[in-house]
Amino acid sequence: MIWNPNKECMSREQMRELQGKRLHKIVEYVYHNVPFYRHKLQEMDLSPDDIRTIDDIVKLPFTTKKDLRDNYPFGLQAAPQSEIIRIHASSGTTGNPTIVGYTRKDLSIWSECMARSLTAYGVGRNDIFSVSYGYGLFTGGLGAHNGVETVGASVVPASTGNTEKHARLIRDLGVTGIACTPSYALYLAETMDRLGITRDQIKLRVGAFGAEPWTENMRKEIQDRLGLKGFNLYGLSEIMGPSVSYECDEQHGSHINEDHFFPEIIDPVTLEPLPAGQTGELVFTTLTKEGMPVIRYRTRDLCSLLPGECPCGRTNVRMSAIQGRSDDMLIIRGINVFPSQVESVVLTMKEFAPRYMLIVDRINNLDTLMVQVELRPDVFSATLDTPAAIDELEKRFAAKLKSVLSIGAKVQIKAPGTLERSEGKSTRVIDKRKLY
Amino acid sequence: MTIRQLSIFIENQSGTLQSVLERMRQSRIQIIACTIADTAEYGIFRIICSEPDRACSELKEAGVAVAISDVFAIELDNQPGGAADVVAIFSEAGIGITYMYAFLLDGRGIMIFRTDQPDAAREAIVRSGLRCLGEKDLPTHV
Repeated sequence: MIWNPNKECMSREQMRELQGKRLHKIVEYVYHNVPFYRHKLQEMDLSPDDIRTIDDIVKLPFTTKKDLRDNYPFGLQAAPQSEIIRIHASSGTTGNPTIVGYTRKDLSIWSECMARSLTAYGVGRNDIFSVSYGYGLFTGGLGAHNGVETVGASVVPASTGNTEKHARLIRDLGVTGIACTPSYALYLAETMDRLGITRDQIKLRVGAFGAEPWTENMRKEIQDRLGLKGFNLYGLSEIMGPSVSYECDEQHGSHINEDHFFPEIIDPVTLEPLPAGQTGELVFTTLTKEGMPVIRYRTRDLCSLLPGECPCGRTNVRMSAIQGRSDDMLIIRGINVFPSQVESVVLTMKEFAPRYMLIVDRINNLDTLMVQVELRPDVFSATLDTPAAIDELEKRFAAKLKSVLSIGAKVQIKAPGTLERSEGKSTRVIDKRKLY
Repeated sequence: MTIRQLSIFIENQSGTLQSVLERMRQSRIQIIACTIADTAEYGIFRIICSEPDRACSELKEAGVAVAISDVFAIELDNQPGGAADVVAIFSEAGIGITYMYAFLLDGRGIMIFRTDQPDAAREAIVRSGLRCLGEKDLPTHV
């Protein structure tokens, strides 16, 4: 099923024409309503009339997270306060939070995009759908919630926390779909194991997972443990929230709602656009947003845009899985290391729980990487009960890591339950190097 | 001929041993003998205790990495050379000892052995005529 075939299956020429028109309009809109953008364009000697087609986008300046923080709280808001009907804020762990105001039309487009995603996952009126993203300032909870209501499924606004109660509700209500972070899905599976809730007692069929990067291995593990099909749901609050892009049944990349969010891939160092298919930093321009439109916003997410048509019939462009964050990327002894690479190795080891921590340090001017993993209590056995056997396991893991990362890492095996559990986004890196 | 031993993976961190022992107290499990194989980062806590099966399943339920293995408990002659006599029967038969520790039971010395050649060890012990304890020989409850 396709929610809006008019937009999701538009011909490429029509889409580009629509994008061009909308881009002109949004540039004109921010020029007149946001001093930040007006000054930037004036400095570059650009007027909204210079932007006529979607190809003109490369003339425009970028917007960064720092611009959003510097203009805290309402500096980039384009609509008058009387038109704003909701305000979200992103986590402000490294400074001011990012404040995003939405008009009524923004919320309606967001619900439409979310409905497209859910329909692509096979969710419909007969589903009972639990939203287990945090409700509140974070866009995940309310964003997914409105989409579930739009498609007409019954929404269970479970939010995060109180996981035991939630696990029982999933069983008792016959919940068929869930939206949450992939790490929360695993935590939920663990909680169900602990409560003795088995796969044949639950009816979960569809999972919409996002808000943090995850791997194919993680998808397999979640699917096996919860008995559902897991779909990627991508979004970020600066652009809208969940459903900037979504996977279809083919699960080969996520379709971008590009009639509303125009994607580009740039080289994070030179800032030049990269040719189709190459991996770089994902940049979005909101084409229709009223509350807080952004022009060429640098997401810091690394991915590629997939060329070619999708067998599902949708024509909107697909993005690959996120391969890392341009700012999560660790440079260790000159080698680029992404936490997601470590995760992919951890998930191949049946002895370890799907959790890890990277600790980077600099000792005697040499970078060191330590990877901590947790033993799974159900796998610990009489054959693992000597330091020699644990040593051997550490060596096997270290060798796999080295082949993926190209640098050596020290491995530390921890007792079950000692690494931080996460009900939201998880912190997986501690960088102790004092480089700045 | 063998007795069951629990092995528990614990972190080298203050409080971790305590929490395992508290769990055993709550489960009313009595420890008869124990030892720790320690490394810089973790330890493997080995325990001979009452009701090893129940202890193992209750600890596992609490999320502890615990395993059961079979070990030999051999009684020593209480005089100089007693331990050497016991180890000699293994070395003469070419059997490797994975680890060992000892404790006193009613004034008698008992040595616990783990080997990865249990069948050969069993034969060697029978041939030697040494006394090997079974679980029924252990004080099971206070």
